[in-house]
Order: sequence, then C-alpha cells, then structure tokens
Amino acid sequence: MSGQGIDPTRRRLLAVTTGLGLVGAGFAAAPFVLSMMPSARARARGAPVAVDISKLEPGQMLIVEWRGKPVWIVNRTAEMLASLAQLDEAVADPRSEDSIQPVYAINEARSIKPEILVLVGICTHLGCSPLAKLVSGAASGLGREWRGGFFCPCHGSKFDLAGRVYKNVPAPTNLVVPPYGFLSDTRIIIGEHPEKGIA
Amino acid sequence: MRNIYLAICIAFIPAAALAAESTIKLDPVEVDLQDKPSLRRGARIFVNYCLSCHSAAYMRYDRMGRDLGISEELVEENLMFATDKVGNLMTVTMPRADAETWFGVAPPDLTLVTRSRGPQWFYNYMRSFYRDPKTVSGWNNLHFPDVAMPNVLYGMQGVQRAVFEPKEDGTKEFQGFEVERPGAMTPKEFDQAMRDLTNFMVYLGEPARLVRGRIGVYVLIFLAVFVVFAYLLKRNYWKDIH
Amino acid sequence: MEKLLTWIDARFPLTKVWNEHLAKYYAPKNFNFWYYFGSLALLVLVMQIVTGIFLAMHYKPDTERAFASVEYIMRDVPWGWLLRYMHSTGASLFFVAIYLHMFRALLYGSYRAPRELVWLLGMVLFVALMAESFTGYLLPWGNMSYWGAQVIISLFGAIPLIGDGLAEWIRGDFVVSDATLNRFYSFHIVAIPLVIIGLVYMHIVALHRVGSNNPDGIEIKKNKDKDGVPLDGIPFHPYYSVKDMVGVTVFLMIFSAIVFFAPELGGWFLEHDNFVPANILQTPPEIVPLWYLTPFYSILRAVTIDIGPVPAKLLGVLSMGSAIGLFFFLPWLDRSPVRSIRYRGWMYKTALSLFAISFVMLGYLGTQRPEGPNLILAQIAFVIYFAFFLLMPWYTKYDKTKPEPDRVT
Repeated sequence: MSGQGIDPTRRRLLAVTTGLGLVGAGFAAAPFVLSMMPSARARARGAPVAVDISKLEPGQMLIVEWRGKPVWIVNRTAEMLASLAQLDEAVADPRSEDSIQPVYAINEARSIKPEILVLVGICTHLGCSPLAKLVSGAASGLGREWRGGFFCPCHGSKFDLAGRVYKNVPAPTNLVVPPYGFLSDTRIIIGEHPEKGIA
Repeated sequence: MRNIYLAICIAFIPAAALAAESTIKLDPVEVDLQDKPSLRRGARIFVNYCLSCHSAAYMRYDRMGRDLGISEELVEENLMFATDKVGNLMTVTMPRADAETWFGVAPPDLTLVTRSRGPQWFYNYMRSFYRDPKTVSGWNNLHFPDVAMPNVLYGMQGVQRAVFEPKEDGTKEFQGFEVERPGAMTPKEFDQAMRDLTNFMVYLGEPARLVRGRIGVYVLIFLAVFVVFAYLLKRNYWKDIH
Repeated sequence: MEKLLTWIDARFPLTKVWNEHLAKYYAPKNFNFWYYFGSLALLVLVMQIVTGIFLAMHYKPDTERAFASVEYIMRDVPWGWLLRYMHSTGASLFFVAIYLHMFRALLYGSYRAPRELVWLLGMVLFVALMAESFTGYLLPWGNMSYWGAQVIISLFGAIPLIGDGLAEWIRGDFVVSDATLNRFYSFHIVAIPLVIIGLVYMHIVALHRVGSNNPDGIEIKKNKDKDGVPLDGIPFHPYYSVKDMVGVTVFLMIFSAIVFFAPELGGWFLEHDNFVPANILQTPPEIVPLWYLTPFYSILRAVTIDIGPVPAKLLGVLSMGSAIGLFFFLPWLDRSPVRSIRYRGWMYKTALSLFAISFVMLGYLGTQRPEGPNLILAQIAFVIYFAFFLLMPWYTKYDKTKPEPDRVT
C-alpha cells in the first residue's frame, strides 16, 4: 500500500470486504463450534427416565441412573418426615436457600409429595456417592443420636432425610434435587417436570 | 475430451456398448422430500412391513418424528414396536442367527439402501416380485434374481407372474407381469404406495438432505455478493498496473 | 502498535518474513487463470486439516464401529454431515487443484532450471497426497474402502521375493483388518499431514528463493530498476492477495454447490458401493479407486502381457510406478531453449495435447471394465503417456521455437 494519496473508493471497498469476510467467517465457524455440542446419541442417553414406584414401600429406597448419575428415590415414613423439623438447628441450610433444587422442591421436605424424596446421589463436596443410612439410632453405625439420612464415606459429610447437609462437615450445600415430576401416582419422570420442563 | 472418447467408442463398437446395459428398463420415480404427507405414508409402510426383519440402525425414532412432523406421542403409539424409548435407534428385535436360519442370509440394514442402490432401483425392485415355484420362498424378483426375501407386500399388491420368452441364444427375455390374484390395492395405488416408500427411504438414507439445499442457497447468495466486492477491490488495486 | 512490532521483531523476524514472502515478494505481473491453483491447493489443505480435526473427534477407527461412526457423524453429530461432506468434497477438489497446478507447470515450463527443486518437492507432495487420500479412503470402512485397500496393497505382493512379506507388513495381518484400519488412521491424521505441511513449507520457501515463473517463461529478474525491484514484478501483497481472494471465492462457490447440492456428485466423489459396510465375503461388481487415482490404475491394468520371465502383474506395477516416477525427471528430459508453450513449436504443443488427452482417457477408462475396446484404448493411451516423457529429449530439442520477448507481455 502506497500511503500517499488515500483512495476513498479503495478504503470503502476494503471496509466492505473485510466486514463481509468477517461475517462469513463467523457463519463458517458456527458449524464447527456447534458440532462439539452433545450429539443426538448423548441427548438420547441423557433423556428423562420414567420410574415405576408402585412397589416402593414406606422406608425403602430405590436407585436409578439418570445421565450417568445415581438418583435416589426414598419413600419416607411419617416418622422420618417428623424428624426433619427437629433438625432445622443442626443443618447448615435448613430452608435450602443456597442449594440446588427446582422451585417446586423448595420446602421443608424438599419434594413435591412430602413422602417421596428424589435426590441426585452425589455428594456436593467432591463427587463421591454417599451411603444411605436411613434408620435412626445406633443400628446405623453413626451413633445413637443419628436421625436417619446419608453419610459420605469419603470425607464424612452427613445429610438428613431431605438431603440437607449437617453443620460442620466438608460438603457446602444440600444434596441436589433433580427436575422431576409425577406422570401418575406410581410413575415418576426424572429429568423433567411434565409441565414445567427441565427447570 | 470425454466426447472425443465417446465418439471413438461409438464409431468402433456400437453393439458391444449396448449389450453391457441391462435389457430390463427401470421405471422412473419422482423423489420429493418436501412432500411430507408422502414421507409419513412411506414411514408407516416401512415401520409396519420392513422393520420387523430389517433394521434402520443409524436412525432415531424421535429424529424421524421431528423431521416428518409427527408428534412424539404418535411416534410412540403408531411407529415404535421394537423399543420403548423414542430417542433410540431403529434396530430390529429378530436375532441375527434366527434370521439366517429362516432366510439363509440375515436381512441387511436398510438405512442406506437408496444411497447404495439408488431410489430408482429400489422403487422398481419393490414392484417386481413374482411367483416362482423353483425358489425356496416361492418368490423371485426381476431386479434381484433368486432373492431370499419373500414378497411381504403381496396383500397390498396381489400376486403376479412373470412372463418370459425364450430367445435363440438360450437366454430369456422378460415380456411383462400377469396378475394371478389381485391385492387390496389397484396397481396404480400400489405404485403410489411404493413411491411413498421410496421417498421415505431416500429421506432415511440422508436426513440432512431436508436442510442442506436450503442452507446451500444462502451460502451461494452470500458468496455471490462477496465475489462482487472482492472483484471491485481487485480492480481498484490493479488499476495502476500495466 | 509500532512499539509492539519492534519488540516482536527483536525476538522473531516477523516483519522480515512478511516482507520476504508477501509485501516485498515480487511476482510477475502477468499471471493468468492457471496461477490460481497453487493458492487454492493451500486453501483446500487448510480446510481438510480443520474439517479433519473435527471429524476425528467423532470417528472410531475400529472395524466394528467405523462405518456406524461415520453415519453417527452424518446424523447424530450437530452439523456433522456438513463437516463430512466438506472433507469428502475437499479431497476430490484438492486433486482437481493439484492436477491443474501441475498442468500449469507443463504449459509454462515451471519445472525448468532454476526451479528443479520446487518441482521435485511438489512431486513428493503429490505422492504424499496420494498416500493421504488412499489411507483416508479406507476409514469409512465401506465395501469399496475395504476392497480398494485390499487390491492396492496386494500390488506390493507383485514385487519379487519380498512382495508377500511386504504386503503383510503393511496390513499387519493376512487380510485388510482392524490392524490395517488403525494404522491407516494414524498415518492419515498424524504422519502424512505432518509430512505434507513440512513439504508445503519447503515448496514455498524454494519457490520464493528462485522467484515465480510466468506465462512467458522468462526471468523477470533480468530487468530490474535502480532499487533492485524487477520491472515486471509486483508485490504479492496486496496485488495477488486481492486477486486470489476473487479466485478463492469463485472456488468456494463451486465447492459449496457440490457440498450442498450434490455431495456424491453422481458417484464420482462418494461412491455408491461405499454406502454398504465392508463385507469380506462380497466384492463389489467393479472395484475402482476414486477418480483422481484412476489414470494410474488404468496404466496398471493396461499391461496384460508377460515379457520373458517378468509377469504382467509385476510389469503393471512397475509401469504404474514409473508413470508417477517419470514426472520427477521432467526438468532434465526437457531440452527446449524456451520454457513457455507460447514460444515452443508444434511438436511440444502436439505432444502436450496428446498427453493431456491420454491422461483424461486413462482416468475415464480406469472407471470402466478393462475389456475389449476399453482395454485397447487404454493401451494406446498408455503408449502416448510414456512417449510424452521418453521422447521428450528429442522432440523438445528439434522443435522449432519462437524467439522469447525481453519483457513479459
């Protein structure tokens, strides 16, 4: 480029071709970037899972897989539910204000129907899967004061029967409640709410 | 230059060149992927008659539903028999070993059949089954001699017989089909149904075909605009050369 | 900005490289249509590398899964079909660009001294490109991929004594198998691309050392102004960069038309038989390589007679090898006092025309059955092809040439 005597037509043409070229390059890059998004196979595998809970007796727990993670479904007894209110002082986030759950699970029992609890079985500390210690008392192996809940063997985090984390343990927040909903009284869909979607 | 070759070829050996061609002509078939009702009818035939033995193992039910404008519920109710998840591949429940015992060969996957054989061949093949007592299944096909597959569509098509005329050199020349027993459809209706099926098979072979032409138009328009400005810029720079 | 450039230049010769290869690389001002294909080949190389990187994220080099993984790319991967069609179309158009690029060299004598090394590096690149396309063609694991590889690798079996062992070594098995697929994948995505990139770099460095030839075949460096700038030279940038941008866009229009409207191009770019998974029990009715290798395949099949103790199969392999190998000797076979076809006589013009026709004919016949008249035509083309090279020292020497101009026209 000569520098002396700037040609205004040339300058305008340069601006237009550069602009168009950048737009074109942007569009050309899009398919490459998008090709790295989850494929139809990954999405099919991560699709919501329907679970039949008609055989789940009170006090029992069922583990299903959703997006490669364990999901727990617990049918809580009236006694178990009663323990939750008594533990408000002992847990770190009793109102689930700093934890992850769908809006319809922000309540005392952290569930849609009080007795049916649905949790992602992954410790919020470093990703171990906690053990279910549903029964209270010494039989749990966690001392006589234990009111039932979950215990992470990796670093000793404890959670109550709503997945709420106890104070003074490594895990920062309550166990995650995934999006879920009831297809009927005995069928749960995990991964989306029938009306509210994945929120 | 190919014209030169062709000219030489034709000058030297008109007979030989023609002899290599198959003498049975293929009827034309119109493929139109924008014709969604036709694709849906074809999908129904494919799922009901083909998918019990043949898989389409690279295709997912939900993709088919979305592309053809069929709701997920309808796909699950009317088109899905081998699986319970709409995101699954269109595989087949018949074990391969069983299939080999029953048919001698395992029925091939059909996802790409129109890409390997061509839509026209497929359309003609599906219409050319005829009764042949000399084969194991009792069926034969004009475009696939001694095919292992029986005519699963005879309820629709009816049963037909092929008429051959012996020639001097020992070969037989195909004359035409004769209806032995009519089916539930008239020949015209059956041809239409096979056209729908062929249309669906072309879609099945390459679902991206639904969109690629449309995107291509935008790409070419963009490049056509760009080339004008690129050329003007080049001319502007080059005006001081020479 | 200025300061940053000074800082970089003290540590990396950025301005120097920019000037040497672009802003102050003086190219002859009379480049014509034939001079687009070098930069186009470079463009396709970049596109092949980029699309290849993204395809490799989803492809599985495993005989059980390779075919399905290609269909997975075509259907399940977002935009995967576009990446795959760009790569398959790019492969064919790479050869279109390279063949036209080479033909340009034949037209204007670009291989002549002092550009022998540019030519030789280019020829090695051509061979590397053939290896790249051949290894890549196996990867979809279609029936044509499989049988094509089987046939071509068997050619090595024709070499006396070591042939069979060599073929087994290449395959890593007694037939084309998972081991073969896996090593071809490694060659295709790592080894050969590295070689190609290195050679392209050397090809360009060698070219810029001696300077570009031009349609008149004369040296622009003979006439320089007082600053040492060739009078008929213009800086590559911006003149040829803006000109190539036009060429690139036109090329991209052709490329897009194929990718979006006819990715199979009637079976020429993607073969119908390759939409069937590899089947070791069923050979396709006709095994043909893709169009860009058929001229050489034709030469292989044109040899049908044994000569003394040498069997036809070995002769065919040797002929195919020399059909490529003779290109390397062009700089020394050509004895003409002029470079460009513009100033050569009728002999070279006839020879080159016949050669081009025979090359296209061999290419077409390579896709047909080698029987009857096809075979005879292929044998005639075979003779013309070799005569072009072997008689070159004579017809270029006795050809009546026109006087070259002093300056480019």
